[in-house]
Amino acid sequence: MKKFAYYPGCSLEKMAASYHVSTMETARVLGVELEEIEDWNCCGATAYFHVDEILATTLSARNLAMAEQQGLNLVAPCSGCFKNMYFANMSLKQDKDLADHVNYALEADGLKFNGSIDVNHIIDVYVNEVGLGEIKKHVTRPLKNLKVAPYYGCQLVRPRKTDENVEDPRFFEDLLTTIGATPVNYTMRLRCCGASLIVTNKKAALSMVRSLLQTAEDAGADVIATACPLCQINLELYQTEVNREFGTNLSMPVLYFTQLLGLAFGISAKKLGIGTEVVPTDDVLRCARGDSPAADG
Amino acid sequence: MAVKPTFSQEISNLLYASHGHPLAVCMQCGLCSASCPVVDHMDNSPRRLIAMIHANLKEDVLKSTTFWYCASCYNCTVRCPRGINIAEMMYGLKRYSMWRNSYDKSLIGPDFSERFAKMIVKTGRSWEPALAPSFIFKGGVQGFLYEAQTALRLVRRGRISMTPSKIKRIKGFRRMLGRIIPLAGVE
Repeated sequence: MKKFAYYPGCSLEKMAASYHVSTMETARVLGVELEEIEDWNCCGATAYFHVDEILATTLSARNLAMAEQQGLNLVAPCSGCFKNMYFANMSLKQDKDLADHVNYALEADGLKFNGSIDVNHIIDVYVNEVGLGEIKKHVTRPLKNLKVAPYYGCQLVRPRKTDENVEDPRFFEDLLTTIGATPVNYTMRLRCCGASLIVTNKKAALSMVRSLLQTAEDAGADVIATACPLCQINLELYQTEVNREFGTNLSMPVLYFTQLLGLAFGISAKKLGIGTEVVPTDDVLRCARGDSPAADG
Repeated sequence: MAVKPTFSQEISNLLYASHGHPLAVCMQCGLCSASCPVVDHMDNSPRRLIAMIHANLKEDVLKSTTFWYCASCYNCTVRCPRGINIAEMMYGLKRYSMWRNSYDKSLIGPDFSERFAKMIVKTGRSWEPALAPSFIFKGGVQGFLYEAQTALRLVRRGRISMTPSKIKRIKGFRRMLGRIIPLAGVE
């Protein structure tokens, strides 16, 4: 049994609750135990770094210190949380002065950073710790009629951690192939969704969302698969505004990769939180069941 | 005698202090600008902004929209042939312009960041409705209606909580943050 300290992050409490439930469901099937960090706090998102860098590091350090008490490596499903805690962990391990400073603050909450754990993203745990071979064993309903656009986004792959391939990663495609789906090739798979610009510069963000959706649609995708709540929200929730702004007629479902994985494992759509989307997912579910696409009109 | 550093040295030192990336080695190749997904919306491209820093155009740099429109996608950072962490430089400039209160006041970013930071100090977790005032009135009546429609879609699907979530050990959490920054005016 693989066991991790689970950090859901703020989005997964409500806005991306379907990512949380589908992570739990798929982890159970794969024999991955996720023990939630009891009193976790916000990772600081990007906004905290605009205010003070050490403060932002301290926020992540508190979560890391609590995971250390559990004696487990930390896993996060949100790419933003993952990136913040991965790099906070790395900086604190490498920089003793910074760790001393942050530990002085942590002491006020009865905690200490020791640098004894690693930080992972849930997709990394599934692909590299569980392994594609093991995942394949649990596939009972291969998604063989489904064309999926794997969307890596930014924080999952960038900045570079060690020497991994950040220009042409393939692990998302490999995962989709493992569950029987067909990954489509589209140029924007590593391009930014606009992130918090959706509130701070909507014009820019909408044009970024539009290009992403359009290239995925042009590549023949039935659905976009994502590993980040902010990407899901930007790409899905703002399609109405994109259509209004650009005169397009886009209607592209955006699901979490854990939801597609769950469908392939034979878990019901309801248990995977499917049904809370803004863009209808009926066609995706029909494809996943192996039915032929509905005739138009 | 102490010598006042130039603006260019100041920004370079800021980066050295936090990330150790030598801004001075920039050779103006422009790969950052070519890799930037937001470049079309910025008043100065990332390459140009670095040139402006080197030319000590302090006031122009600090009121530029470039760093506030940076989405932190790190495309420039992973591609820079001279190893400059350009996205971190953008963060550094955001902080610098907030300290000096020198940013363009029509920008939403600084106000949004400040609200976000204060919200976390209060509850320890993020709650979207607390952030709304920084942007929902910026797009005029029409923009407000669009935002309201978007929010309603989420409410209908149970994707927005009506009450903020709060961590249990909030007192310890605030004591911790108080050891990094003074919390006056927040509590």
